[in-house]
Amino acid sequence: MKPRHKRAALILGGLAAFGIATAFVMNALDSNIALYVTPSEVVDGKIPQSKAFRIGGMVKDGSLRRDNLTVHFIITDTLKDVPVAYTGILPDLFKEGKGAVVQGRLNESGDFVATEVLAKHDENYMPPEAQHALDQAQKAQETLKP
Amino acid sequence: MNNRLINWFKFASPQSFYPLAGKLIPLFWALTAIFGIAGLWISFFVAPTDAVQGEGYRIIFIHVPASWMSMFIYLVMAAWAGLGLALNTRLSGMMAQALAPTGALMAFLSLWTGALWGKPMWGTWWVWDARLTSELILFFLYIGFIALQAAIDDPRRADKAGAILALVGVVNVPIIYFSVKWWNTLHQGASVSLAKSPSMAQTMLWGMLIMALCFWMYSIAVALMRARAIILEREIHTEWARALPEVKE
Repeated sequence: MKPRHKRAALILGGLAAFGIATAFVMNALDSNIALYVTPSEVVDGKIPQSKAFRIGGMVKDGSLRRDNLTVHFIITDTLKDVPVAYTGILPDLFKEGKGAVVQGRLNESGDFVATEVLAKHDENYMPPEAQHALDQAQKAQETLKP
Repeated sequence: MNNRLINWFKFASPQSFYPLAGKLIPLFWALTAIFGIAGLWISFFVAPTDAVQGEGYRIIFIHVPASWMSMFIYLVMAAWAGLGLALNTRLSGMMAQALAPTGALMAFLSLWTGALWGKPMWGTWWVWDARLTSELILFFLYIGFIALQAAIDDPRRADKAGAILALVGVVNVPIIYFSVKWWNTLHQGASVSLAKSPSMAQTMLWGMLIMALCFWMYSIAVALMRARAIILEREIHTEWARALPEVKE
Protein backbone atom coordinates (compact mmCIF):
# COMPACT_ATOMS: atom_id res chain seq x y z
CA MET A 1 0.00 0.00 0.00
CA LYS A 2 1.47 3.29 -1.06
CA PRO A 3 1.25 6.21 1.39
CA ARG A 4 -1.22 8.03 -0.83
CA HIS A 5 -3.49 4.99 -0.88
CA LYS A 6 -3.28 4.83 2.86
CA ARG A 7 -4.21 8.50 3.16
CA ALA A 8 -7.09 8.09 0.71
CA ALA A 9 -8.40 5.10 2.67
CA LEU A 10 -8.08 7.08 5.90
CA ILE A 11 -10.05 9.99 4.42
CA LEU A 12 -12.79 7.78 3.02
CA GLY A 13 -12.98 5.75 6.24
CA GLY A 14 -13.13 8.91 8.30
CA LEU A 15 -15.85 10.36 6.10
CA ALA A 16 -17.90 7.17 6.29
CA ALA A 17 -17.57 7.00 10.09
CA PHE A 18 -18.49 10.66 10.44
CA GLY A 19 -21.41 10.21 8.07
CA ILE A 20 -22.80 7.30 10.06
CA ALA A 21 -22.38 9.22 13.31
CA THR A 22 -24.27 12.15 11.82
CA ALA A 23 -27.01 9.84 10.58
CA PHE A 24 -27.47 8.50 14.14
CA VAL A 25 -27.57 11.99 15.61
CA MET A 26 -30.10 13.14 13.01
CA ASN A 27 -32.18 10.06 13.68
CA ALA A 28 -32.16 10.77 17.40
CA LEU A 29 -33.09 14.41 16.85
CA ASP A 30 -35.80 13.51 14.38
CA SER A 31 -38.81 14.95 16.17
CA ASN A 32 -36.89 18.07 17.20
CA ILE A 33 -35.92 18.89 13.65
CA ALA A 34 -39.49 18.72 12.40
CA LEU A 35 -40.88 22.23 12.09
CA TYR A 36 -44.41 21.25 12.95
CA VAL A 37 -46.63 18.42 14.16
CA THR A 38 -49.72 17.07 12.44
CA PRO A 39 -53.30 17.61 13.63
CA SER A 40 -53.57 13.87 14.35
CA GLU A 41 -50.71 14.06 16.82
CA VAL A 42 -52.39 17.00 18.54
CA VAL A 43 -55.80 15.32 18.82
CA ASP A 44 -54.18 12.11 20.05
CA GLY A 45 -52.60 14.11 22.87
CA LYS A 46 -48.99 13.43 21.91
CA ILE A 47 -48.11 17.10 22.34
CA PRO A 48 -47.38 18.68 25.74
CA GLN A 49 -50.20 21.14 26.40
CA SER A 50 -48.15 23.74 28.23
CA LYS A 51 -45.74 24.66 25.45
CA ALA A 52 -46.21 26.69 22.27
CA PHE A 53 -45.79 24.61 19.12
CA ARG A 54 -46.56 24.56 15.42
CA ILE A 55 -49.19 22.56 13.58
CA GLY A 56 -48.93 21.96 9.86
CA GLY A 57 -51.70 20.79 7.59
CA MET A 58 -54.41 21.83 5.15
CA VAL A 59 -56.89 24.60 5.78
CA LYS A 60 -60.16 22.69 5.58
CA ASP A 61 -62.43 23.68 2.70
CA GLY A 62 -65.32 25.87 3.83
CA SER A 63 -64.03 26.25 7.37
CA LEU A 64 -62.74 29.82 7.07
CA ARG A 65 -64.88 32.25 9.09
CA ARG A 66 -64.15 35.88 9.94
CA ASP A 67 -65.26 37.34 13.24
CA ASN A 68 -64.17 40.99 13.41
CA LEU A 69 -60.38 40.87 13.27
CA THR A 70 -60.16 37.24 14.28
CA VAL A 71 -60.21 34.49 11.70
CA HIS A 72 -61.35 31.02 12.57
CA PHE A 73 -60.50 28.02 10.47
CA ILE A 74 -59.87 24.32 10.81
CA ILE A 75 -56.50 22.81 10.10
CA THR A 76 -56.61 19.19 9.07
CA ASP A 77 -54.51 16.30 7.82
CA THR A 78 -57.72 14.72 6.43
CA LEU A 79 -57.84 12.36 9.43
CA LYS A 80 -58.17 14.73 12.37
CA ASP A 81 -59.19 18.40 12.66
CA VAL A 82 -57.96 21.15 14.95
CA PRO A 83 -59.91 24.42 15.17
CA VAL A 84 -57.66 27.49 15.02
CA ALA A 85 -58.30 31.11 15.97
CA TYR A 86 -55.95 33.84 14.80
CA THR A 87 -55.93 37.62 15.04
CA GLY A 88 -53.67 39.28 12.52
CA ILE A 89 -52.73 39.52 8.88
CA LEU A 90 -52.81 36.35 6.81
CA PRO A 91 -50.12 35.79 4.16
CA ASP A 92 -51.10 36.11 0.48
CA LEU A 93 -50.93 32.40 -0.21
CA PHE A 94 -53.22 31.49 2.70
CA LYS A 95 -56.28 29.81 1.20
CA GLU A 96 -58.83 27.13 1.94
CA GLY A 97 -57.64 23.76 0.70
CA LYS A 98 -53.99 24.86 0.78
CA GLY A 99 -51.21 24.10 3.23
CA ALA A 100 -50.54 26.26 6.27
CA VAL A 101 -48.36 26.18 9.37
CA VAL A 102 -49.75 27.80 12.54
CA GLN A 103 -47.82 28.60 15.70
CA GLY A 104 -49.40 29.05 19.11
CA ARG A 105 -50.83 27.00 21.96
CA LEU A 106 -53.97 25.10 22.87
CA ASN A 107 -56.50 26.71 25.21
CA GLU A 108 -58.62 24.82 27.76
CA SER A 109 -61.38 23.97 25.29
CA GLY A 110 -58.96 22.35 22.86
CA ASP A 111 -58.92 25.23 20.41
CA PHE A 112 -55.60 26.33 19.02
CA VAL A 113 -54.88 30.02 19.53
CA ALA A 114 -52.34 31.00 16.91
CA THR A 115 -49.83 33.81 17.23
CA GLU A 116 -48.43 33.31 13.74
CA VAL A 117 -49.89 31.84 10.56
CA LEU A 118 -47.63 30.88 7.67
CA ALA A 119 -48.75 29.70 4.25
CA LYS A 120 -47.02 26.63 2.89
CA HIS A 121 -46.48 26.59 -0.83
CA ASP A 122 -46.27 23.31 -2.73
CA GLU A 123 -43.71 22.47 -5.40
CA ASN A 124 -46.09 23.07 -8.32
CA TYR A 125 -45.50 26.04 -10.59
CA MET A 126 -47.95 26.62 -13.40
CA PRO A 127 -49.53 29.45 -15.38
CA PRO A 128 -53.16 30.45 -14.55
CA GLU A 129 -54.53 28.75 -17.70
CA ALA A 130 -53.04 25.41 -16.69
CA GLN A 131 -54.41 25.82 -13.17
CA HIS A 132 -57.82 26.60 -14.63
CA ALA A 133 -57.73 23.51 -16.86
CA LEU A 134 -56.73 21.41 -13.87
CA ASP A 135 -59.60 22.76 -11.78
CA GLN A 136 -62.05 22.07 -14.60
CA ALA A 137 -60.81 18.51 -14.95
CA GLN A 138 -61.16 17.97 -11.21
CA LYS A 139 -64.68 19.36 -11.22
CA ALA A 140 -65.64 17.13 -14.14
CA GLN A 141 -64.31 14.13 -12.30
CA GLU A 142 -66.25 15.01 -9.16
CA THR A 143 -69.53 15.36 -11.04
CA LEU A 144 -68.95 12.02 -12.70
CA LYS A 145 -68.72 10.32 -9.35
CA PRO A 146 -72.01 8.79 -8.16
CA MET B 1 0.44 7.17 -19.22
CA ASN B 2 1.24 9.10 -22.37
CA ASN B 3 -1.06 7.22 -24.72
CA ARG B 4 -4.10 8.92 -23.26
CA LEU B 5 -5.89 11.60 -25.23
CA ILE B 6 -5.31 14.23 -22.55
CA ASN B 7 -2.62 13.83 -19.97
CA TRP B 8 -4.51 14.97 -16.88
CA PHE B 9 -1.47 14.76 -14.67
CA LYS B 10 0.22 17.41 -16.74
CA PHE B 11 -2.41 19.95 -15.70
CA ALA B 12 -2.04 19.05 -12.05
CA SER B 13 1.03 21.26 -11.94
CA PRO B 14 0.41 24.98 -11.46
CA GLN B 15 2.89 25.80 -14.20
CA SER B 16 0.86 24.14 -16.96
CA PHE B 17 -2.53 24.86 -15.39
CA TYR B 18 -1.92 28.60 -15.31
CA PRO B 19 -1.87 29.16 -19.10
CA LEU B 20 -4.67 26.62 -19.64
CA ALA B 21 -6.91 28.51 -17.21
CA GLY B 22 -5.98 31.73 -18.96
CA LYS B 23 -7.18 30.32 -22.26
CA LEU B 24 -10.42 28.94 -20.81
CA ILE B 25 -11.54 32.03 -18.89
CA PRO B 26 -12.77 34.10 -21.90
CA LEU B 27 -14.67 31.04 -23.18
CA PHE B 28 -16.52 30.63 -19.90
CA TRP B 29 -17.27 34.35 -19.65
CA ALA B 30 -18.74 34.25 -23.16
CA LEU B 31 -20.93 31.29 -22.22
CA THR B 32 -22.00 33.10 -19.03
CA ALA B 33 -23.13 36.06 -21.11
CA ILE B 34 -24.99 33.92 -23.65
CA PHE B 35 -26.81 31.79 -21.10
CA GLY B 36 -27.39 34.81 -18.88
CA ILE B 37 -29.07 36.86 -21.59
CA ALA B 38 -31.14 33.92 -22.84
CA GLY B 39 -32.06 32.86 -19.30
CA LEU B 40 -33.06 36.33 -18.16
CA TRP B 41 -35.04 36.89 -21.36
CA ILE B 42 -37.05 33.73 -20.74
CA SER B 43 -37.36 34.47 -17.02
CA PHE B 44 -38.75 37.96 -17.40
CA PHE B 45 -40.52 38.02 -20.76
CA VAL B 46 -41.40 34.50 -21.88
CA ALA B 47 -42.23 32.53 -18.75
CA PRO B 48 -45.89 32.86 -17.74
CA THR B 49 -47.10 34.27 -14.45
CA ASP B 50 -47.66 31.66 -11.77
CA ALA B 51 -51.28 30.86 -10.95
CA VAL B 52 -50.87 31.12 -7.18
CA GLN B 53 -47.84 33.31 -6.53
CA GLY B 54 -48.22 35.87 -9.30
CA GLU B 55 -44.99 37.55 -10.43
CA GLY B 56 -43.21 36.87 -7.17
CA TYR B 57 -42.36 33.35 -8.20
CA ARG B 58 -39.77 34.70 -10.65
CA ILE B 59 -37.28 34.69 -7.79
CA ILE B 60 -36.78 30.99 -8.54
CA PHE B 61 -34.76 31.89 -11.62
CA ILE B 62 -32.05 33.15 -9.27
CA HIS B 63 -32.89 31.28 -6.09
CA VAL B 64 -32.87 27.72 -7.40
CA PRO B 65 -29.68 27.97 -9.51
CA ALA B 66 -27.91 29.72 -6.63
CA SER B 67 -28.97 27.01 -4.20
CA TRP B 68 -27.90 24.24 -6.55
CA MET B 69 -24.54 25.91 -7.10
CA SER B 70 -23.97 26.47 -3.39
CA MET B 71 -24.33 22.74 -2.77
CA PHE B 72 -22.48 21.59 -5.86
CA ILE B 73 -19.54 23.96 -5.38
CA TYR B 74 -19.19 22.63 -1.85
CA LEU B 75 -18.99 19.06 -3.16
CA VAL B 76 -16.36 20.06 -5.72
CA MET B 77 -14.43 22.01 -3.11
CA ALA B 78 -14.48 19.06 -0.73
CA ALA B 79 -13.39 16.73 -3.53
CA TRP B 80 -10.42 18.97 -4.31
CA ALA B 81 -9.62 19.15 -0.60
CA GLY B 82 -9.73 15.36 -0.24
CA LEU B 83 -7.60 14.94 -3.36
CA GLY B 84 -5.09 17.39 -1.94
CA LEU B 85 -4.90 15.51 1.36
CA ALA B 86 -4.50 12.13 -0.30
CA LEU B 87 -2.14 13.00 -3.15
CA ASN B 88 -0.34 16.01 -1.69
CA THR B 89 -0.78 17.94 -4.92
CA ARG B 90 -0.32 21.67 -4.79
CA LEU B 91 -3.04 22.63 -7.20
CA SER B 92 -5.84 20.91 -5.24
CA GLY B 93 -5.56 23.24 -2.29
CA MET B 94 -5.48 26.24 -4.57
CA MET B 95 -8.62 25.10 -6.38
CA ALA B 96 -10.46 24.55 -3.10
CA GLN B 97 -9.41 28.01 -1.97
CA ALA B 98 -10.49 29.49 -5.30
CA LEU B 99 -13.96 27.95 -5.13
CA ALA B 100 -14.85 28.91 -1.57
CA PRO B 101 -15.80 32.60 -2.06
CA THR B 102 -18.04 31.79 -5.02
CA GLY B 103 -19.73 29.05 -3.00
CA ALA B 104 -20.25 31.45 -0.12
CA LEU B 105 -21.74 34.00 -2.50
CA MET B 106 -24.16 31.40 -3.88
CA ALA B 107 -25.21 30.28 -0.41
CA PHE B 108 -25.78 33.90 0.57
CA LEU B 109 -27.79 34.59 -2.59
CA SER B 110 -29.89 31.53 -1.93
CA LEU B 111 -30.68 32.61 1.63
CA TRP B 112 -31.28 36.23 0.70
CA THR B 113 -33.57 35.62 -2.28
CA GLY B 114 -35.37 32.96 -0.25
CA ALA B 115 -36.06 35.48 2.49
CA LEU B 116 -37.32 38.04 -0.02
CA TRP B 117 -39.72 35.43 -1.41
CA GLY B 118 -40.67 34.06 1.99
CA LYS B 119 -42.01 37.32 3.37
CA PRO B 120 -44.85 37.80 0.85
CA MET B 121 -45.55 34.10 0.23
CA TRP B 122 -45.15 32.39 3.58
CA GLY B 123 -45.60 35.49 5.70
CA THR B 124 -42.15 35.38 7.28
CA TRP B 125 -38.56 36.18 6.34
CA TRP B 126 -37.15 33.23 8.15
CA VAL B 127 -38.16 30.07 9.99
CA TRP B 128 -35.83 27.60 11.64
CA ASP B 129 -36.90 24.69 9.49
CA ALA B 130 -34.46 21.97 8.41
CA ARG B 131 -33.92 23.26 4.86
CA LEU B 132 -33.26 26.87 5.80
CA THR B 133 -31.13 26.03 8.80
CA SER B 134 -28.93 23.53 6.96
CA GLU B 135 -28.39 26.01 4.13
CA LEU B 136 -27.37 28.61 6.71
CA ILE B 137 -24.90 26.09 8.14
CA LEU B 138 -23.51 25.62 4.62
CA PHE B 139 -22.95 29.37 4.41
CA PHE B 140 -21.14 29.32 7.75
CA LEU B 141 -19.02 26.37 6.58
CA TYR B 142 -17.86 28.41 3.59
CA ILE B 143 -17.10 31.40 5.80
CA GLY B 144 -15.31 29.13 8.28
CA PHE B 145 -13.24 27.57 5.52
CA ILE B 146 -12.21 30.97 4.18
CA ALA B 147 -11.38 32.27 7.65
CA LEU B 148 -9.42 29.17 8.65
CA GLN B 149 -7.34 29.26 5.49
CA ALA B 150 -6.67 32.95 5.86
CA ALA B 151 -5.67 32.53 9.50
CA ILE B 152 -2.75 30.18 8.81
CA ASP B 153 0.28 31.74 7.16
CA ASP B 154 1.92 28.64 5.71
CA PRO B 155 -0.20 27.83 2.64
CA ARG B 156 0.44 24.07 2.82
CA ARG B 157 -0.75 23.88 6.42
CA ALA B 158 -3.62 26.22 5.63
CA ASP B 159 -4.69 23.88 2.84
CA LYS B 160 -4.58 20.86 5.13
CA ALA B 161 -6.58 22.51 7.90
CA GLY B 162 -9.10 23.84 5.40
CA ALA B 163 -9.36 20.45 3.71
CA ILE B 164 -10.33 18.73 6.94
CA LEU B 165 -13.00 21.34 7.64
CA ALA B 166 -14.31 21.03 4.07
CA LEU B 167 -14.47 17.25 4.32
CA VAL B 168 -16.23 17.25 7.68
CA GLY B 169 -18.78 19.72 6.35
CA VAL B 170 -19.62 17.58 3.35
CA VAL B 171 -22.18 15.58 5.36
CA ASN B 172 -24.27 18.74 5.42
CA VAL B 173 -24.89 18.68 1.66
CA PRO B 174 -27.12 15.57 1.55
CA ILE B 175 -28.87 16.91 4.66
CA ILE B 176 -29.75 20.11 2.79
CA TYR B 177 -30.87 18.24 -0.28
CA PHE B 178 -33.03 15.66 1.46
CA SER B 179 -34.21 17.83 4.36
CA VAL B 180 -37.54 18.55 2.69
CA LYS B 181 -38.09 14.82 2.29
CA TRP B 182 -36.90 13.59 5.68
CA TRP B 183 -38.60 16.13 7.91
CA ASN B 184 -41.66 18.29 7.62
CA THR B 185 -40.47 21.74 6.69
CA LEU B 186 -42.07 24.98 5.63
CA HIS B 187 -39.90 24.92 2.53
CA GLN B 188 -41.61 23.09 -0.34
CA GLY B 189 -40.30 19.85 -1.81
CA ALA B 190 -38.18 19.66 -4.94
CA SER B 191 -39.93 20.77 -8.14
CA VAL B 192 -37.16 19.29 -10.25
CA SER B 193 -35.42 16.04 -9.41
CA LEU B 194 -34.02 13.01 -11.14
CA ALA B 195 -36.63 10.73 -9.62
CA LYS B 196 -39.76 12.27 -11.13
CA SER B 197 -40.88 14.53 -13.93
CA PRO B 198 -40.68 18.22 -13.01
CA SER B 199 -43.79 19.77 -11.50
CA MET B 200 -43.57 23.10 -13.26
CA ALA B 201 -44.57 24.56 -16.62
CA GLN B 202 -42.17 23.92 -19.52
CA THR B 203 -41.06 27.51 -20.14
CA MET B 204 -40.50 28.14 -16.43
CA LEU B 205 -38.39 25.02 -16.28
CA TRP B 206 -36.34 26.05 -19.31
CA GLY B 207 -35.73 29.50 -17.88
CA MET B 208 -34.53 27.96 -14.65
CA LEU B 209 -32.26 25.40 -16.31
CA ILE B 210 -30.66 28.00 -18.60
CA MET B 211 -30.11 30.29 -15.63
CA ALA B 212 -28.52 27.32 -13.84
CA LEU B 213 -26.16 26.87 -16.80
CA CYS B 214 -25.33 30.58 -16.63
CA PHE B 215 -24.48 30.21 -12.93
CA TRP B 216 -22.31 27.20 -13.73
CA MET B 217 -20.33 29.07 -16.34
CA TYR B 218 -19.99 32.12 -14.10
CA SER B 219 -18.74 30.00 -11.21
CA ILE B 220 -16.16 28.24 -13.39
CA ALA B 221 -14.93 31.51 -14.91
CA VAL B 222 -14.57 33.24 -11.56
CA ALA B 223 -12.97 30.22 -9.89
CA LEU B 224 -10.40 29.96 -12.69
CA MET B 225 -9.56 33.65 -12.41
CA ARG B 226 -9.16 33.32 -8.68
CA ALA B 227 -7.07 30.16 -9.11
CA ARG B 228 -4.72 32.05 -11.42
CA ALA B 229 -4.30 34.80 -8.87
CA ILE B 230 -3.60 32.25 -6.13
CA ILE B 231 -1.06 30.43 -8.32
CA LEU B 232 0.79 33.68 -8.99
CA GLU B 233 0.76 34.54 -5.31
CA ARG B 234 2.10 31.21 -4.17
CA GLU B 235 4.49 30.45 -7.01
CA ILE B 236 5.99 33.88 -7.42
CA HIS B 237 9.36 32.60 -6.20
CA THR B 238 9.62 30.18 -9.16
CA GLU B 239 11.42 30.90 -12.36
CA TRP B 240 8.48 30.22 -14.68
CA ALA B 241 6.21 32.59 -12.76
CA ARG B 242 8.81 35.35 -12.83
CA ALA B 243 9.22 34.87 -16.57
CA LEU B 244 5.52 35.53 -17.22
CA PRO B 245 4.97 38.73 -19.19
CA GLU B 246 2.29 39.97 -16.75
CA VAL B 247 4.70 39.58 -13.83
CA LYS B 248 7.77 41.07 -15.50
CA GLU B 249 6.30 44.49 -16.06
